[in-house]
Amino acid sequence: MQSPFNVSLAAHDIGCERGGRTLFQGLSFALAPGEALLVSGPNGAGKTSLLRQLEGLLPLAAGRLSVTGAEEDTPVAELCHAVGHLNATKTSLTVRENLAFWADFLGNGDGDLADALAAFGLEPLADFPAGLLSAGQKRKLALSRLYAAPRPIWLLDEPSVSLDAHAVTRLDRAIRDHLKAGGIAIVSTHVPLKTEFDHELSLGLERAA
Amino acid sequence: MSTARALLARDVRLAWREGGAVGVALGFYLIVVVITPLGLGPDLNLLARIAPGILWVGLLLAALLSAGRIFDNDYEDGSLDVLATGPLPLTVVAGVKCLAHWLTTGIPLVLLAPFLGLLLNIPLGTLPSLVLAMLAGTPAVSFVAGIGASLTLGLRRSGLLLALLVVPLYVPILIFGVSTVTPYVTGPNTIWPPFLILCSLSLASIVLAPLAAAAALRTALR
Repeated sequence: MQSPFNVSLAAHDIGCERGGRTLFQGLSFALAPGEALLVSGPNGAGKTSLLRQLEGLLPLAAGRLSVTGAEEDTPVAELCHAVGHLNATKTSLTVRENLAFWADFLGNGDGDLADALAAFGLEPLADFPAGLLSAGQKRKLALSRLYAAPRPIWLLDEPSVSLDAHAVTRLDRAIRDHLKAGGIAIVSTHVPLKTEFDHELSLGLERAA
Repeated sequence: MSTARALLARDVRLAWREGGAVGVALGFYLIVVVITPLGLGPDLNLLARIAPGILWVGLLLAALLSAGRIFDNDYEDGSLDVLATGPLPLTVVAGVKCLAHWLTTGIPLVLLAPFLGLLLNIPLGTLPSLVLAMLAGTPAVSFVAGIGASLTLGLRRSGLLLALLVVPLYVPILIFGVSTVTPYVTGPNTIWPPFLILCSLSLASIVLAPLAAAAALRTALR
């Protein structure tokens, strides 16, 4: 299904600051190919911020990230698939067009659209405008992007929001398959997943009032 | 290159499917030009003299109407986050999106302009230079609008602020755009000096505006 990945990711003493407030500092972890990290913590602990830092959208307040196994000079962001709170779907494009665009844009079109459509059972909706999808279906479309272009690191921020039980099982299986292929998954979730996480990172409100 | 083409094709297709922004811009342009003679009275000589100015001002305002959409939709639905993790530098992403704005708004407005010129009794002989000047100048209009759109990203009702930021930057485009169409105003009876300056304004903004827009986008994405 996917070419096996061989990328490992490590964070060394990274810190995060938002609006002058330190969310966390001195955070370190190391993920070898095929390992998963569960990020947990109360609301506002910095889970999303951490994922956005890995995605390259938020600057690191301290520390650094290192990647081995990828071509040199590749930014971490280009190894990552990020599915966050927003689905990044275009309402006036069909499901297939949405995926085809991301396949072309993120992976030069070398992903497999049939695989991507099948991953979360979206084939019957393929020619449906994404604007008519339900919240759960839009979520599935966002998650299908993970298959539209193969990338070794998955950053999933509350991926199970608005998914039904059946879809959560699929998501679970997708993450496990990805890990089996040597990928890395960093997941922040409140819903217990069956995936066995090799590492767990618990962010606390260090400055809780 | 293929990723840039994919982004351009998507943006053009979205503009085509959604239609609204281009339609509103064209409609607004039509209305501005139609009400001007009603306000000025039926002096045909006066209208002919000020036609290039009215056509240019109307075009700039109409282009601004849809400028907010260059980045807004992608920002709101999270696509911009994903675009930022793609293989294209954010500068190129910004440039491609401005180019899409030019293709879907700038060019339709330019094509409408000669017909609106007829409503203003513009001398038929100036129509070729009008279209030529507008084709050369509208890339600058779209790319400079991209700077404003990225700076006002995420603000509520950002349209007016965008206009305040961008219209002053349109002044050179307006001056050289109008003097390309009316060479007798500028002295030497040739359209080339102002036309070439207009071209250079466009080229400079195609190079520089994406850099500024990408910097603003990066701040907005934090």
